[in-house]
Amino acid sequence: MMAILPELVLTAGALFYFVVSLFKTPDIRLQRLSGMVIGLLVFITVCLTLSQQTSLFYGAYAVDSYSQMFKLLISFAFFIVVIFGQHLKGISDEVRPEYTMFLLLSVLGLMMLVSSVELIAIFISLELSSFALYLLVPLRDDRTGVRVQMEAGIKYILFGVMATGFLLYGMSYLFGLTGSTYLVDIVPALQTIASQPAVLIAVLLVLAGFFYKLGVFPLHFWVPDIYQGASNETTGFIATVPKLAAVALLIRFMTLPTGQPDFLVQLFSVIAVCSMFYGNLSALVQTDIKRMLGFSGISHAGFIMLGLLSMGADGYGLAVYYIAGYVLMNLACFLVICQVSRDGENLAIADLAGLHKRQPLLAIVLAVSLFALAGIPPFVGFMGKFFLLTSALQQGHLIVVILAAINTAIAIYYYLSVVKVAYTDDPVDETNVNVEPIVKMIGIGLVLMIMLMGALPAKLIETAGSIVQTIM
Amino acid sequence: MDVLLIKEGFPLLSFLIFFPLAGAMVLLVNPKETFAKIWTLVVTTLTAVFSIPLLIGFDSTTAKYQFAELYAWIPQLSINYVVGVDGISILLVILTTFIMPFCVLASWNYISTRVIPFMFCLLIMETAMVGVFVALDFVLFYILWEFMLIPMYLLIAVWGGPRKVYASIKFFLYTLAGSVLLLVAIIALYLKTGSFFIPDMMWNNYSTLFQALVFLAFFLAFAIKVPMFPFHTWLPAAHVEAPTAGSVILASILLKMGTYGMLRFCLPITPEATFLFAPYILWLSIAGILYGGFTALAQHDMKKLIAYSSVGHMGFVTLGIFVLNTKGVEGAIMQMINHGVTTGALFLCVGMIYERTHSRELKLASGVGRFMPWYVTFLVFFSLSSFAFPGTNSFIGEFLVLAGTFEFNIVLALAAIPGAVLAAAYMLRMLQKIVWGGTDNPDQSYLTDLCPREIIILAPFLAFVFWIGLGPQPFIDLIHPSVANLLDQLQQWQQQSVALVNL
Repeated sequence: MMAILPELVLTAGALFYFVVSLFKTPDIRLQRLSGMVIGLLVFITVCLTLSQQTSLFYGAYAVDSYSQMFKLLISFAFFIVVIFGQHLKGISDEVRPEYTMFLLLSVLGLMMLVSSVELIAIFISLELSSFALYLLVPLRDDRTGVRVQMEAGIKYILFGVMATGFLLYGMSYLFGLTGSTYLVDIVPALQTIASQPAVLIAVLLVLAGFFYKLGVFPLHFWVPDIYQGASNETTGFIATVPKLAAVALLIRFMTLPTGQPDFLVQLFSVIAVCSMFYGNLSALVQTDIKRMLGFSGISHAGFIMLGLLSMGADGYGLAVYYIAGYVLMNLACFLVICQVSRDGENLAIADLAGLHKRQPLLAIVLAVSLFALAGIPPFVGFMGKFFLLTSALQQGHLIVVILAAINTAIAIYYYLSVVKVAYTDDPVDETNVNVEPIVKMIGIGLVLMIMLMGALPAKLIETAGSIVQTIM
Repeated sequence: MDVLLIKEGFPLLSFLIFFPLAGAMVLLVNPKETFAKIWTLVVTTLTAVFSIPLLIGFDSTTAKYQFAELYAWIPQLSINYVVGVDGISILLVILTTFIMPFCVLASWNYISTRVIPFMFCLLIMETAMVGVFVALDFVLFYILWEFMLIPMYLLIAVWGGPRKVYASIKFFLYTLAGSVLLLVAIIALYLKTGSFFIPDMMWNNYSTLFQALVFLAFFLAFAIKVPMFPFHTWLPAAHVEAPTAGSVILASILLKMGTYGMLRFCLPITPEATFLFAPYILWLSIAGILYGGFTALAQHDMKKLIAYSSVGHMGFVTLGIFVLNTKGVEGAIMQMINHGVTTGALFLCVGMIYERTHSRELKLASGVGRFMPWYVTFLVFFSLSSFAFPGTNSFIGEFLVLAGTFEFNIVLALAAIPGAVLAAAYMLRMLQKIVWGGTDNPDQSYLTDLCPREIIILAPFLAFVFWIGLGPQPFIDLIHPSVANLLDQLQQWQQQSVALVNL
């Protein structure tokens, strides 16, 4: 019981909002506060269960240091999202309880996902989180009248179901080849037949399902439209929390032996380079900031692939460090977007003009997170990039590393343009942006964490690497 | 690590790096404009004062890295926090710490909006600049080298002139694009040597191809920072739009990082490639000297004129470095310091006239000599120094560089001579316009002469102009052991490889 306390809190929270949704005019303030309280409770309970080690539900559900590490990251990111998105500006009041309920269910699904070590459990957790997310997108308040959120929702579900199809098909292969749905049994069983091409196909199909979640080329189609179409808070969530779980599961499935590591490495380097170029070149011409961040996310996913390239615990540890840093930087960006957007409308980059006059603190948070995303030292984005490049060059991928370095130079342009707009352009809208004290504190906290993680990476990377080692 | 002389007791270099940073943090909690100005002045002055023990305690008989500090930082990749100074870097550190208080003073009235962030940026800049010159770990170096772009970008973009957006973005993109491959080269060197400690990377037998590639990556990053012709186009834009303090920092210190990088990294880490590429770089330097001179001759904007003169002067520095003899390299280092003093002072002078006329046009500033006698006195001396008039500081540097070049190759030296003549031509043209002008001078009678604050700013620069000009020996003594050591090793290395070829 104790080991799955965070999951139980989330379930209770979702049920609470279900009850709230039955009332005709629920109190907005109560909903807002209880959302934050649940977020905090989940984070605290995860902290309490950090050192738990158990196996539940006939071995399908493992609570170990690996899962708890990801749960810590997920619950932290979720906590930040509920705080800066507490007003749910883009969601109409009528569907507010439902929105929060599905959000909680989605987090629940992701938490279960990182703990699942059995194919069916993985599938169910993934679907729980995905279907809740599919619903969050079209719940956006329809102000524009063109129903972009519906388009985004449909695209998300169609592409999502396709990716799930890949995943399920791959899982069926795995089961067919090994006769088991438990990862612990699959690994040794695969080892004996690793040279068969079917193994490679099965693993690739499963990985494809998670590439979709991470937004890696060529499964990236959904990213820009969904980022733009969903409300700011929803995008802030989609851009951060599910990616953590995607990396967790990618690493889990990367441990499956395929007998063709060279092929996988080649494939991954191509995917990584394509993601970077596609993301960065497309981001150059964007005018909507969420869309730009979407494309930038694709290029960062490419960097995470660099970590997976190494096929070793060290590289996977780096990937975890990188995604944790990426999530922090993105949270900081979305914090700013959610505060600047007055009624939950989309922000063009030009709307940030003169932000430093309207709200200096937000301008600093935005500048730090964008410089960090661009990989300028001493922030976490640079350290992550530096470690990944070092590890990739250690494996001898010189061309990939050079291409990645060139991408850094391309990327700086669009990040810098946003900083430029915030710091040098005159504000179109002169009014100050009001920010609540707690959001300010969170903003400062994120900036400090982005700097500290960048300045003192040694311990974190070591810990991440050794925790990943436990599941290999 | 036997090249380090670890300093026991008070960590002087770390203090010089982190004190300005700590000072900047204080600005965050006490947001008052007057306090910010005074506080920044106090912090930068204290940093300058604390850099004096560095000079006193510096042992100029050894080429080792002194005042060294070594702490483990990221053990997985054997990255350490390691700092130290030698003859090549010590004067640059002192230059940095001593110029900063004057930058603060020069911004006293010039910066009227958002004073606190401005001072914050200045202090952060100082931390990064001192750090770059003393870092002996390549990752530490790279972090500070890149990080510096952010405060400098903001200095230009927020407090700059009318085309600040264009200038600042160009500056940022240009320098960043130059240094991304530097990172790859650093990682590649690490994989060869297993350490990010810079002295460990020196004088290793890398293959020729590897050296050539690493050299090119280094060169691109450093040549853009210097800036060498044809990578100089960001400089005039950035100089013209930056506020006075920004121009001074840019000219006096940032440009030196490029040439410092060449001395510190290119020569000892990739000696073979240095010999391979030196001829091309020498002729690029000549091109820069002549190009800078001719372009400066045609400028109507005072800042642009000085910016192009910088391209020419820095051409002399790279010329001196790549002739690879003692006179040349020592002359180059002296020229780096001299350019820092003289051009910094010239930018301050332009800033002072700008504060009065709100224009940098030569025409609008012509004929101020009658109304600002003090001002033109300073200006004349700095201009004389700029074109290396005997008795001023630049004469020493340029003379050494040219003497070294004559030793190396007479054709090259003859090609550089017109540059020196051009310098006299454009500086005298500027002086003539500003001091006397013509019959069509605008009415300058409203101008007031320098106030005591401004005299205090300029006087120390003048003192250094004559000190280095008349008694350069103490300065050369400081740099000599390290330069001699560097060139000795280079020579040994060359003989070794020649012996290998003869085998």
